[in-house]
Amino acid sequence: MLTLTHFLVLSAIIFSISLAGVFINRKNVIILLMCVELMLLAVNTNFIAFSYFLNDTAGQVFVFFILTVAAAEAAIGLAILVVLFRNKRTINVEELDTLKG
Amino acid sequence: METIVFYVFSAFMILSALMVVTVHNPVRAAFFLVLTFFSAAAVWLLLEAEFLAIILIIVYVGAVMVLFLFVVMMLDINLAELKKGFVRNLPFAIIVALAMFTMIFMVVGGEQFGIDKFAIPERHASDYSNVSALGQILYTDYVYSFEIAAVILLVGIVAAISLTLRRRPNTRHQKIEEQVAVKSADRLRVVKVDAQARKYSLAKKTTDSEGEK
Repeated sequence: MLTLTHFLVLSAIIFSISLAGVFINRKNVIILLMCVELMLLAVNTNFIAFSYFLNDTAGQVFVFFILTVAAAEAAIGLAILVVLFRNKRTINVEELDTLKG
Repeated sequence: METIVFYVFSAFMILSALMVVTVHNPVRAAFFLVLTFFSAAAVWLLLEAEFLAIILIIVYVGAVMVLFLFVVMMLDINLAELKKGFVRNLPFAIIVALAMFTMIFMVVGGEQFGIDKFAIPERHASDYSNVSALGQILYTDYVYSFEIAAVILLVGIVAAISLTLRRRPNTRHQKIEEQVAVKSADRLRVVKVDAQARKYSLAKKTTDSEGEK
């Protein structure tokens, strides 16, 4: 018997793993982008679980829009990454200090 | 039965998500992310979100992850340099993740969202169409958001192309506008040549043919 808590805990686990991934892979921008995708997946699972248990399709519409924005974000992020690598020959986050931040 | 399916696919999902964040090679991480998306699509199917499960596989696995793989394989990355600091950050990451999970669990645990608060809804009949239900609400209540989403995708296309477009001044291009605007006078020059009488020498021709024999 599957309750709402099952799905919420599953997405909480995925979210925590991807948060840990952001801390572990501090240098590799590609894996950081993948961790962001995992976080969005966890959030989407939450939305769909609530949509099912509340019997409301609006949650699925939200997931639809999140998928749209996430696809655009991945495309632009990877384009920025390619330009960055072309100019700097590295994707190490620690070497990207041109702004002196 | 559903419980078994849920536990199997969520175990796949959690294990492959762990592999995504711990594996060193970005190509392998991308493939494990694909596995995570597949398991997530199976979990979404359990929640009767068939359209979104298919979209997750088509859009994410088919487009976004292929884009990731392209970029990963195109860039010549020094992996040894990027591996540094992995062990040093690991305890901190585990602490942060556990704290995050504990906090979320305190909110979403059985007390607030248990079976007594959210009863398990009845399954829809087999002729229920998730796609048409989603389409009904998407094209009526959310039509403006839908159009904005389309514009966002257009902006994404334009931004990605304009960022990665590289102009090379030394290469030879077609200049379409010049080709279209050209007049016949620019290309064709008519030269008047006065008529001249040609001089045939019959004798030379016969000697040539004899020489061939």
